[in-house]
Amino acid sequence: MKADDFLDITDVVCPITFVKIKVALEELNDGQILEVHLNAGEPIQNVPRSLKDEGHKILSVEDLGDGTFTLLVLKGGLS
Amino acid sequence: MSINYKELKKGGFMRQRQQNYFSMRLKCVGGHFTAEQLGMIQSVAEKFGKGYVHLTSRQGIEIPFIHLDDVDTVKKTLAQGGVQVGVCGPRVRTITACQGNAVCPSGLIDTQKLAAEFDKRYSGRELPHKFKFGFTGCHNNCLKAEENDMGVKGGVKPNWSAENCIFCGVCQAVCPEKAITVDKAAKSVTLDENKCVYCGKCIKSCPTDACKGESGFVVSFGGLYGNKIAVGKNFLPIIFDAEKLFAIVEVALQFFKDHAKSGERFRTMLDRVGWEKFISEVEAVANES
Ligand code: HEM
Ligand code: SF4
Ligand code: SF4
Ligand code: SF4
Repeated sequence: MKADDFLDITDVVCPITFVKIKVALEELNDGQILEVHLNAGEPIQNVPRSLKDEGHKILSVEDLGDGTFTLLVLKGGLS
Repeated sequence: MSINYKELKKGGFMRQRQQNYFSMRLKCVGGHFTAEQLGMIQSVAEKFGKGYVHLTSRQGIEIPFIHLDDVDTVKKTLAQGGVQVGVCGPRVRTITACQGNAVCPSGLIDTQKLAAEFDKRYSGRELPHKFKFGFTGCHNNCLKAEENDMGVKGGVKPNWSAENCIFCGVCQAVCPEKAITVDKAAKSVTLDENKCVYCGKCIKSCPTDACKGESGFVVSFGGLYGNKIAVGKNFLPIIFDAEKLFAIVEVALQFFKDHAKSGERFRTMLDRVGWEKFISEVEAVANES
């Protein structure tokens, strides 16, 4: 699966993490994929659920083993 | 005139250090006041008090500086705005609750509905000492369930099914207790139930609803947060049935009545009498089918 855009939110904390993802997703069309690089802890615990609540589908999560994760999100994948 | 302080206290009047003045406690369930109630509270505070209220640590409102002579008038006036006075003394106290799943996205149980039901069933019940219930909607524990003599926390037991799972790995990533292992290559998901704290984060994040679950109650007993500090203990598995919860409450309150000395808190009694006896009585009811 290839991402259409990439976003790094390891430099911000909640709720800015979510705001940045929302803005990035605005730029994409339904069916396109966003790759997100985010931190362990609050971001990984909260961001996937918020995305689900907003109707986007997580395709996969990869634990990079350095306290960060990579998330593949399908825009509008649940609506 | 002799003043019956015991009667006054029952009616939620705290004697102030200023002679003949009382800080009036208002009844509150789950931290909610309606706008109508607030309007009445405002007018009473202005007319009979000193124009301010005090928010207590357990979601209550007190109106300080009510004069003894005004007590009856104030009670009647408040009642017209749907406001009742609260309780003090050796009985079931204000029942506290977070907003729960009626409002909060993290909520797993309807804490407000439960608090109202508990109020109907147990409010003001006479006991050897005060007894506090608190309801919190999920493992985030905004309402601090374990501070209460009996705390109830919303939980959910994850139930994974293979057919919808896309082995994305989200559940493993979001689990704060590292209770889940997703093997993407072998297409398997394993849950270590001993590590699970019923927080429901895996379920709320799962993109395909492969991980679902039934919400229930995680109960703790014997919390204290005053002169003595003790964390409520949880020894029961998650309970799914509200009727079962009520049955457990009855056992706990009866045990308190039967074993506590007058003026002894629930926790102090449990530590003195021994937890084993209490645990076995509660488990007997909890395990009944
Ligand atoms: C301490 C600072 C801030 C806090 C606590 C905060 C908090 C929040 C919260 C809680 C939301 C709701 C998110 C949701 O939909 O669940 C939100 C939305 C939003 N925030 Fe902020 N924010 C802050 C700063 C900013 C800044 C600096 C900007 C822009 C420069 C911003 C732009 C937005 C936008 C555009 C939304 C709407 C997203 C949507 O469509 O829902 N915020 N903010
Ligand atoms: S305890 Fe849970 S349900 Fe209650 S307010 Fe906090 S996060 Fe929401
Ligand atoms: S989050 Fe859901 S779909 Fe993803 S691995 Fe876990 S159970 Fe499967
Ligand atoms: S309910 Fe919470 S603790 Fe239990 S497996 Fe799911 S995320 Fe982990």
